[in-house]
Amino acid sequence: MAAPMLRWGCRGRRWAFARVDGGSCHRRGAPTGSTSNRIRGESSVAQQPLHTAQKTRKGEHKWAAVVGLEIHAQISSNSKLFSGSQVRFSAPPNSLVSFFDASLPGTLPVLNRRCVEAAVMTGLALNCHINKKSLFDRKHYFYADLPAGYQITQQRLPIAVNGSLIYGVCAGKKQSQVIPKTVRIKQIQLEQDSGKSLHDNLRSQTLIDLNRAGVGLLEVVLEPDMSCGEEAATAVRELQLILQALGTSQANMAEGQLRVDANISVHHPGEPLGVRTEVKNLNSIRFLAKAIDYEIQRQINELENGGEILNETRSFHHKLGCTMSMRDKEGKQDYRFMPEPNLPPLVLYDATSLPAGADPQQVINIDQIRETLPELPSVTREKLVQQYGMLLEHSFTLLNEVGLLEFFQNVIKETRAEPKKVTSWVLNTFLGYLKQQNLAVSESPVTPSALAELLDLLDSRTISSSAAKQVMDVKNRNPRAINKLIGLVRKATQSRADPVMIKEILEKKLSL
Amino acid sequence: MWSRLVWLGLRAPLGGQGFTSKADPQGSGRITAAVIEHLERLALVDFGSREAVTRLEKAIAFADRLRAVDTDGVEPMESVLEDRCLYLRSDNVVEGNCADELLQNSHRVVEEYFVAPPGNISLPKLDEQEPFPHS
Repeated sequence: MAAPMLRWGCRGRRWAFARVDGGSCHRRGAPTGSTSNRIRGESSVAQQPLHTAQKTRKGEHKWAAVVGLEIHAQISSNSKLFSGSQVRFSAPPNSLVSFFDASLPGTLPVLNRRCVEAAVMTGLALNCHINKKSLFDRKHYFYADLPAGYQITQQRLPIAVNGSLIYGVCAGKKQSQVIPKTVRIKQIQLEQDSGKSLHDNLRSQTLIDLNRAGVGLLEVVLEPDMSCGEEAATAVRELQLILQALGTSQANMAEGQLRVDANISVHHPGEPLGVRTEVKNLNSIRFLAKAIDYEIQRQINELENGGEILNETRSFHHKLGCTMSMRDKEGKQDYRFMPEPNLPPLVLYDATSLPAGADPQQVINIDQIRETLPELPSVTREKLVQQYGMLLEHSFTLLNEVGLLEFFQNVIKETRAEPKKVTSWVLNTFLGYLKQQNLAVSESPVTPSALAELLDLLDSRTISSSAAKQVMDVKNRNPRAINKLIGLVRKATQSRADPVMIKEILEKKLSL
Repeated sequence: MWSRLVWLGLRAPLGGQGFTSKADPQGSGRITAAVIEHLERLALVDFGSREAVTRLEKAIAFADRLRAVDTDGVEPMESVLEDRCLYLRSDNVVEGNCADELLQNSHRVVEEYFVAPPGNISLPKLDEQEPFPHS
C-alpha cells in the first residue's frame, strides 16, 4: 500500500466558535414575523412567543417535548484516568501533562483504581446494575486538543447500566409541593477528558493546553424521560448533590467539572418521536433550563410554520437567550469505534466471586463499596424531616442552597430554640435576606452563632419577634434599619451627638 | 487462534453447516470513488494512486476469507488479552511537570501553549482535487 500521507489542516467535530453575528438572532419580544432564513452555517431565530409547550393554539394539536441528557462529571481524583499526572483546576499551561497525555509514541494507558471506585460508587448510588466485566474502546475524531486522535471510552460495555435518578419538582400553588419524578439512567461510563483550546482568531491559530487531557470523566446518560427545562435542571441539581455527597466529583458547573448536553425533540402525543437536536455549551443550571425551553419552543414554532427540524448540534448563547446551529458541513461523524487494544477487560468482584488470596490493591469488591457508601441527599432529607419535623419541601430547600444545611445545623447546635422555629427563621428570614442581597450563604454577614443567640433571646422572650427581625435588618446592613438606629441614638443624646460618629461607634459595637 | 479454527472445522459436520461462506451482498470487492473519499476524510490518509486502491481491495478480499468460518453461537473474541488481569494503579501523582520537554516537540509554541491551526479546515471535495497527483 502506498505510504499514507497525513493531510495537514484537520477539522474535527467541534467548532471554533469565534463570535456571534448580532444580526442573526433576535431578542425575545422583538416584533418580527416567524420566518427562518437559512444563512450559511447559522439559522436566524425569530421572535418566540412566550407560551409553554402544553398550551394549544386554536385548531392545533398539543405538543409534547422529550428531553434526554448526557452529563460529563470530572472525577475527583489526585491523578488522571490512565496516567500519573496531577488533576488540578488551574496550573501553568502543559505543566500537568505526562508523556502518555501528550500521546508520545510508546506510551501506554494504566488504569487509575480510584476512578473505577468512583464509577462503582456512582453506579450504586444511582441504582444501576454494575457490569462485572466492562470494556474500553477508542472513539476516533480529529481535533488539536485530542493529541492521540482518539478518546478512550466505554462504548460497547460500560461499567454501569439501567439505573434511576429520583428528583423532586416543585408544583402546586405557591410552588410548595414537591412531586417526585424519576428519570432512567441508560448507562455510566469511564472516559478521558480532552485538553483545552484557546482560540486566537486575530492570529488565526489555536493555543492548546493539555493539562485537562486524560482527566477521568464519568459520562452519565439520562434517558429522554424529561419534558421541560425545569425537570432537566432539577434532575441535574439532584445529580450534582449526589456526586458531591459521594465525593466522586465536585460537580461545579462553573469550573467545568460538570458539563451537560441536552437532546431535545417535540412531537404530538400518540405520534412517533420527532427529530432531535443536541444542545451544547450549557454552563449553569439556570442556562440549562432556559436553553431547553427555548429550543422546545423553537422546534414547535418551526414545525407549526411548516418547516422541519434538522438532526444537528446547536450551541446556547446565554446573552442572546437562543440556540444557534453548529452545523458541520461534513454531515454525521463516524467515530470508527474499535476495542482499545492496550487494555484487557475490567473485571469487578463481589463478596461471593472474590478470588481467595487476591491482592486487595488489584481487586475491586462491589459489595464492600456498597457498604461504605456515604449518606445520599434523599436520606439526609428524610432524616431532617424525621428529626426536626419540617416539611419535605423545606428539606429540599436546605439542601439545594449551597452551605445552607451546614448553617442550619450549626444554629441548631448552639440554640435552645425549637427546631421548627430555627427552620422557619433560616428558610424565611435568613434565606430571604440572602436572596434579596444576592448573597451566598458563605458571604452572609450573619453567622450561625449570631442567629443562635438571637433565637435564644427570642425564645426566652427577652425580645419580641419584630425586634428580632429589626436586629437581623441591622446585621444584614440594611441601610434603612441602620439609619433608624442612628436616629434613635441621636434622639437619646438629644441631637448632640454627631451622626457620623454614631454610625462608626454602632458599626464597631455591632461588629458590622 | 488457529486451534480454534481447526476445532470449529471439526465441529461443522455436527452442526450441518460445513464451510458455508456468508454471501457478500456487494459482490466482488470493487471500492468506489465515494468510499475512497469517505475513507480519506475519516482517517486523513491519502490514497495517492490507483495501485493503492487496488492494494486495499486485495487486503479486503484477504480478510473476507474469515467469513468462510461458521461462527454461529460463538462469543466474539475482542482481545487476545481477555484472560489477562487489568492492572490497577494507585491514585498518586508521579508524572507531569515536564512542559519544557514536551513543548520541544512542537513546531510552534506560544508562551508554553502548543500552537495549532484554527480548526475547521475542510478537505476539498473530490472533484476539486487533482486525480492521483502522486502516480
